Amino acid sequence: MALEILPLGDAALVVRGSNSLGKNLALAHKLKAARLHAVQDIVPAFASVGIFFESPCDLAAVTAEIRAVLKRRAAQKEKPLRPRKIEIPVCYDREFALDLERVARHARLAPNEVAKCHQSGRYHVRCLGFTPGFPYLDGLPRRLATPRRDTPRTSVPAGSVAIGGAQSGIYPLRSPGGWNIIGRTPLRLFDVAKERPTLLRPGDEIRFCAISRQEFEQWEV
Amino acid sequence: MGGVSFLRAGPLTTVQDLGRPGYRALGVSLGGALDSFAAQVANLLVGNSVDAAVIEIVIGGVRLSFDDQCALAWIGGDFPVQLAGAAVAPGRRVFVRQPAILEIGLTRGGARMWLALSGGFDLPVVLGSRSTDLRSSFGGYKGRALRDGDRLSLGQSAFDTRSDRSTNWAAPADWAQTATERSILRVVRGPEWDEFCGAAQEAFLQTSFTVSSQTDRMGTRLTGTELQRTQGHELPSEPVAAGTVQVARDGQPIILLGDCQTIGGYPKIAHVITVDLGRAAQLQPEDRVIFAEVSQEEATRLFAAREKELRFFRTALQLRMS
Repeated sequence: MALEILPLGDAALVVRGSNSLGKNLALAHKLKAARLHAVQDIVPAFASVGIFFESPCDLAAVTAEIRAVLKRRAAQKEKPLRPRKIEIPVCYDREFALDLERVARHARLAPNEVAKCHQSGRYHVRCLGFTPGFPYLDGLPRRLATPRRDTPRTSVPAGSVAIGGAQSGIYPLRSPGGWNIIGRTPLRLFDVAKERPTLLRPGDEIRFCAISRQEFEQWEV
Repeated sequence: MGGVSFLRAGPLTTVQDLGRPGYRALGVSLGGALDSFAAQVANLLVGNSVDAAVIEIVIGGVRLSFDDQCALAWIGGDFPVQLAGAAVAPGRRVFVRQPAILEIGLTRGGARMWLALSGGFDLPVVLGSRSTDLRSSFGGYKGRALRDGDRLSLGQSAFDTRSDRSTNWAAPADWAQTATERSILRVVRGPEWDEFCGAAQEAFLQTSFTVSSQTDRMGTRLTGTELQRTQGHELPSEPVAAGTVQVARDGQPIILLGDCQTIGGYPKIAHVITVDLGRAAQLQPEDRVIFAEVSQEEATRLFAAREKELRFFRTALQLRMS
């Protein structure tokens, strides 16, 4: 695997690996296991992993160290990714699905078919970002891919399930956002009071299942 | 417990410390004081540990009332600061001996200042930090900017503010006042530097950019020569950090600051070096910025040298305290 390792300023490196989710997570795992000195954060993105350092270090030397570590570990058999399977309940009611019509028009489907099609997909969390706990999801049925809104909303309600281009995601917190909203989940995706503050982790396998408005209201978080 | 009341809170006054290391993989911004060096020095001056929470003030227009004794120190832009009517210079420890008013006027240069109070603030630690995450509304004081009438309780001071008479604690002058007339930000090349055409690379380093009104704790948008890439392909989102200079679709650069997202998809032309992040935090709309390239080795050397100076400064203060 030809890795590109580039400095991001004077206190971080970006390791560009593979576009495959499994391989990128394996890379992040190996970098964690390497126990490099003074590491502050190891951040898996889409096809790269960021390594942030808390104090000044010789990035050229660290780059060489990373190459050596990865070479040593290349011989080891990679553990296949065993994703956690998580079901996300979604209420596709009009009141929540602010852009269902728009997505339906674009996909040339009826709104209820959009909901069905959305549930037929098998999704994976590529990485968390944008806001705390926001999952970027792979696996949106191609038909539902819809360009982002020209003008982002200044405030998208927490729990909104959304489509942005070929990607989909869920807004954990009320925040601005330009993706097309097709429903809302009653689950809390981010809770600072919890030891593990995010519901989802990179690699998780996600399925969406429809719930009624009444079930949404009565959902025990 | 002594405390401080915000009679006038100002436009964007927040509680910040050194941020939330360890949570970026979950999409949580590092955050923290936009000039973490200033926050550390101000803390040391009042006997706090470097990671105690401080108050970050933007533009000024803040009036505070102390209801007990404490020590204070501030660092940042060119702000007129008065304690009970007497001027308080930046980078100096000053004692509040009796209930008094601290008046912070409007800035004469530089956007921000950081105020440390002995004992720090008695606020909950959320995900390892007392920093206010404004975008996600947690941390700091109720997850929001301070408002008129808010009161913060102070934590336990490291030394006895009643008996301690030593007032000669001061930081070097160039640490104390961090706003400059012309902002030169030193950068190293970013991961996508080579994707920009020669004219864009030249313009980036040889023309000045103007700070737009779109500036907040997430980033500062600049306007100037349109920076074009030789290839227009979309990039998968990659890790970004405070200091990353990314170029938006309109060809204009954005300097990311402490509250930036953890990953971003715009091409990264350059990265402001760590020791100049404090200067980046002083930029105000209409200011002009010039980028100057330094080598990776130089950036690391400067960062290491400053960390060493900070360690010596801390040791020197500890010797005086004992």
